Amino acid sequence: MLKLKKINKIFNEGTVDEKIALGDINLELKKGDFVTIIGSNGAGKSTLMNIISGVTIPDEGLVEIDGAEVNHLKEHQRAPLIGRVFQDPMAGTAPSMTIEENLAMAFSRNRPRGLRKGVTKARREMFREFLETLHLGLENRLTAKVGLLSGGERQALSLLMAPFTQPKVLLLDEHTAALDPSRAALITQLTKEIVADSGLTTLMVTHNMQQAIDLGNRLIMMDKGTIILDVDPEQKESLTIERLLKEFERLRGEKFASDRAVLG
Amino acid sequence: MGTAVLGSVESGLIYAIMALGVYLTFRILDFPDLTVDGSFTTGGAVAAIMIVSGYPPLLATIVAAIAGFFFGAITGVLHTKGKINALLSGILMMIALYSINLRIMDKKANIGLLGEPTLMSQISAWTTNPSSTLIMVAILVIIIKFAVDWFLDTEVGLALRATGNNPRMIRSFSANTDNTIIIGLALSNGLVALSGALMAQYQGFSDVSMGIGMIVIGLASVIIGEAIFGDRSIRRATIAVIGGAIIYRLVVALALRVGLSPSDMKLMTALIVIVALIAPKIINNMKEKKRKADRRKRLSNTSPQWEGGDNNAKA
Repeated sequence: MLKLKKINKIFNEGTVDEKIALGDINLELKKGDFVTIIGSNGAGKSTLMNIISGVTIPDEGLVEIDGAEVNHLKEHQRAPLIGRVFQDPMAGTAPSMTIEENLAMAFSRNRPRGLRKGVTKARREMFREFLETLHLGLENRLTAKVGLLSGGERQALSLLMAPFTQPKVLLLDEHTAALDPSRAALITQLTKEIVADSGLTTLMVTHNMQQAIDLGNRLIMMDKGTIILDVDPEQKESLTIERLLKEFERLRGEKFASDRAVLG
Repeated sequence: MGTAVLGSVESGLIYAIMALGVYLTFRILDFPDLTVDGSFTTGGAVAAIMIVSGYPPLLATIVAAIAGFFFGAITGVLHTKGKINALLSGILMMIALYSINLRIMDKKANIGLLGEPTLMSQISAWTTNPSSTLIMVAILVIIIKFAVDWFLDTEVGLALRATGNNPRMIRSFSANTDNTIIIGLALSNGLVALSGALMAQYQGFSDVSMGIGMIVIGLASVIIGEAIFGDRSIRRATIAVIGGAIIYRLVVALALRVGLSPSDMKLMTALIVIVALIAPKIINNMKEKKRKADRRKRLSNTSPQWEGGDNNAKA
């Protein structure tokens, strides 16, 4: 479903600030795979997400989605294939537009936008049904501006909108990191449900090791722009934080850098 | 006084079309577009030259709007494809349009329309009603208002609004923000040029400098309107912008009456915009202070121990 071949990306090439963000990344996800990615800051997790979604262009390598090469497609051209939730709850929704207008924009993702009305009666009914699945009462606030919602509510809305039009791949980029613990737990639960219901091929970046272990059927650890550990579905069943940390020390000969990753 | 008020409302309505254009760029797209100063004149220039060349005023007005649409699109291309800063793309287009406008007007700085047919003269030939111009312009403005409201509710319109609100989000929903910016600027300048074409016919001449300061007048209308009538929804905001444009003209008429000269108007407009931009912040600050003071007073009345804390804080 999603294939990355020999992806290389160097920032500020040829200057003193040169940084290898990604070095020879190879990754293949089967249909319905739910892969979690962990790694300390600067490991290249976000760069990887940006390369898949077309925000960043790789120096070398191929990105394939559903059997087709998408390297030449710009971000907005890939968007019908990719659902995305950002870390910043403000990033995935338009604050001065209403809930139903935001949903209408998500709904137009895989069809050409025309001069039809964005929010019709039929669509409003459909949006209401979708929102009911969140159990946040948003279905009664269709005409409220999204800027009035809390961070958790906005993130839940983003999470609902991302798989709205059946994309091929769902990208979750530390989408619970900016929320308080109870909200983060809610969004984690929603993520589980939405991915299970839609059966989408999902790639989730997280700082939270427990979350990375609890969710998904495969786990990848990144460090300094490379994939250093790939835990397959069988091994993942019995994975614990201690074993992950030990594995990291064994592979790298140093302690895992981020306290946030352990505590968070 | 009556005719002065009538005149102010008439010209206010004509300016309202321009202000709606400015609203589209400034508020909806969040793009400070200075093309307006040039494209307003373009509208007047195209309409005037076509009318004196014998074309029907209605056709001249439509072609003028299309010219504005076209030049607005170029500003958009400069910004999105040429990656030129938003303000600078507008300024470049505005300067370029100064020469272009003179070319359009056959290198004359001024084209008079006295004795020529205009939309206004054609309408008043039909009827003896002295407010025929007012009625015609008002109907046109209302049609444009509803058209703008409708457009901003369509799928393309939603994408346009999101471009000004959260471009990253709408790109992840497969909208090409380059295109939405270009469309927005084109529509905006189309309205501005239409306003310029009507103004040239209304005042009976087109002048190469008639657009100078137009962006500030548009901005003044938007800000005054929003402050007085509110901007909670698009429908409300568009009506507010129209109201703002009319009030602006009334204020200008009043200022002229109390003895300011027409040449002072640009200074006055700038001052109005400055006050309108600063005043809401000051008023909010004062409200906030008052709220806090009230709260403190209420707390000290209900629970005496708070008073001690308050005095300690003061000491």
